[in-house]
Amino acid sequence: MSIASHALWVACLGLPALAADRIEGPGLGSPVSAQSVAARNTSIYPDGRGLPEGRGSAGDGRLVYQQKCASCHGERGEGGSGGHLVGRGPLTGSDADKAVGNYWPSATTLFAFTRRAMPMDAPGSLSADDTYAVTAFLLYLNGIVGADEALDARSLPAVRMPNRDGFVWIDAVQPEKPR
Amino acid sequence: MPPVNPSCRAIARCVQSGGAVRAFSVVLDCADTMISPDTQREHSAAVAAQEALSMERWSRSRLNADDQAPVAGGGLLDRRLFLKRGLVFSGAGALAWSSGAAGADQAALPSLRVPGRGFSNYGQPSEQEKRAIRWISANRAVPGNGVSWSPLHALEGIITPSGLHFERHHNGVPDIRIDAHRLLIHGMVERALTFSLADLARYPMRSQMLFVECGGNSNSGWNKEPLQSRAGYLHGLASCSEWAGVPLAVVLDEAGIDPAAKWLIAEGADAAAIHISIPLKKAMDDCMLALYQNGERIRPENGYPLRLIVPGWEGILSIKWLQRLEVAAEPVMARNETAKYTELLPSGKSRMFTFVMDAKSVITSPSPGDTLRSHGLYEVRGLAWSGRGRIRRVDVSADAGKTWAPAQLQEPVLPMCFTRFRIPWNWRGETAVLKSRAIDESGYVQPERDKLVAERGRNGYFHYNAIAAWQVDEDGEVTHVYR
Ligand code: HEC
Repeated sequence: MSIASHALWVACLGLPALAADRIEGPGLGSPVSAQSVAARNTSIYPDGRGLPEGRGSAGDGRLVYQQKCASCHGERGEGGSGGHLVGRGPLTGSDADKAVGNYWPSATTLFAFTRRAMPMDAPGSLSADDTYAVTAFLLYLNGIVGADEALDARSLPAVRMPNRDGFVWIDAVQPEKPR
Repeated sequence: MPPVNPSCRAIARCVQSGGAVRAFSVVLDCADTMISPDTQREHSAAVAAQEALSMERWSRSRLNADDQAPVAGGGLLDRRLFLKRGLVFSGAGALAWSSGAAGADQAALPSLRVPGRGFSNYGQPSEQEKRAIRWISANRAVPGNGVSWSPLHALEGIITPSGLHFERHHNGVPDIRIDAHRLLIHGMVERALTFSLADLARYPMRSQMLFVECGGNSNSGWNKEPLQSRAGYLHGLASCSEWAGVPLAVVLDEAGIDPAAKWLIAEGADAAAIHISIPLKKAMDDCMLALYQNGERIRPENGYPLRLIVPGWEGILSIKWLQRLEVAAEPVMARNETAKYTELLPSGKSRMFTFVMDAKSVITSPSPGDTLRSHGLYEVRGLAWSGRGRIRRVDVSADAGKTWAPAQLQEPVLPMCFTRFRIPWNWRGETAVLKSRAIDESGYVQPERDKLVAERGRNGYFHYNAIAAWQVDEDGEVTHVYR
């Protein structure tokens, strides 16, 4: 540690809160290779960045869903110990019911969440193909894609979710054209 | 199944009989929840009996006419009353000690004659306090999916004991080896870096007392009928700790942020792999990489060994088990910032990225489940907090909001931290409705429920912060009402 950064540490000790004042640390971060970063980077963005190779359709996904999802979410996505995954009704009115089809703004979110966190008893266990397939099956149940439409890293971000423009950002600056 | 929580049977029972079982599941994302059994009612009766005794002692001593002059309807008294009366008490107290039966009982106490227990490496609450506990509501198929509420009604002061800090886990509490854990910082930075916990421990640290509140806290308030439960089990997805760690800006600066970056994506190492987007400005302003909570290492259920703390903003952002920070140009649009933690409005549009926790207050004593055993002087006590900074004032009403009086704010009054408020109240046995209303330093005023529901409808699910009303009936029973 340099003497200069030590002086900065001392200078900050009297401050009451976590302030924006710049403090310098001892610089102990270790550099990482691009490959290790890639291995740990699981972010998937609405424009498709981060989506893996692979493909699957609702037809393929039906079986994955029945075997790995239906026990908690119901045979047709109507819900069980896990929430319902199908929603088509309007979002206005006192009994508006939010679910994938009528509420979620982007299809990549459905893929990303399934890939990270589902099935809840074995998260991260689905192959990329199975994840595309079960995503397609859920979008099919919600009336958004056809039964034979195969999804992959190019077609998934292009799926137009009905509620994509339904959100108003409150504590962050919303870009001109919401994604 | 989580260990069955012994203090919940009565609540489950009374809620079921009220026909409002659904209300409990509203805090969860799933359709169905398990309600643990409970013996809360006996417990609260015992607590109330003890409290009533000490209250009675206070109220038996003389009140002069000035002291008794109410400052608002329903018997609210000047907030400085107890300060003045403290003098009177010390004299009366001395008399009681020297004179009588109480002294004799004390001398016969076995604890005076039998050597006590030995030391312990880690202290536990008294066996007699085992019912001041978190109340768990978890998914029956996935025991690690659910919440547990802090028993705010059973606590005093402003710090929540670490073991009673609320929990919201999406897929359980992970076991993480502190030696193997590495925080990765990457994305729009000059150099991607990793940090071990030993590395971070050598950085300059700060500690700050801050509340953490789940965006879904208090959300049974959207229900058509008021849910009958303890104050903590309605509003206790909020807790307050002294967090200590490294200012996040220090480590981000070390990685070198691309000036075009605007967001930071934070990710946990749990089985839900929770990730969330945070505006980079907030990350640089006042966020913390926390290693310690209330003086000790963070408890596993609160993020051991590393938790991101995002002061004043909804709890989902304060990522537990933090393992990855990605500097980005835009939000990642994770499920927990799109499908959840957004609020549907009557118009059909939804509020998104509603980060700030608006000012809220709740009276913790007396509160639902308590029974006042005698008329006379009580201290109305509660907690207030705001994500916008300090609490400036808390008003209390004993007549359902017709008239208000300012409560005493107990020091310290810190930004984005629980603030304890108190006001004396002379209950003469009539039906009273107690309310508290927080006003923060930005001028924001906690709204009445009617106003909040008129603005937001009842389908918003998150960010419910309306004024809560507790009704004290003629028998002294306290219930939750909408007034
Ligand atoms: C063991 C039970 C279980 C299984 C099996 C399961 N899930 Fe889930 N799922 C849940 C629970 C519980 C939640 C709520 C998660 C939370 O609280 O964060 C959930 C949430 C979801 C959501 C988000 C719903 C919303 O509206 O936010 C999706 C989508 C989903 N699951 C898809 C799947 C898919 C696809 C599968 C099969 C590959 C699957 N789940 C298997 C229990 C399960």
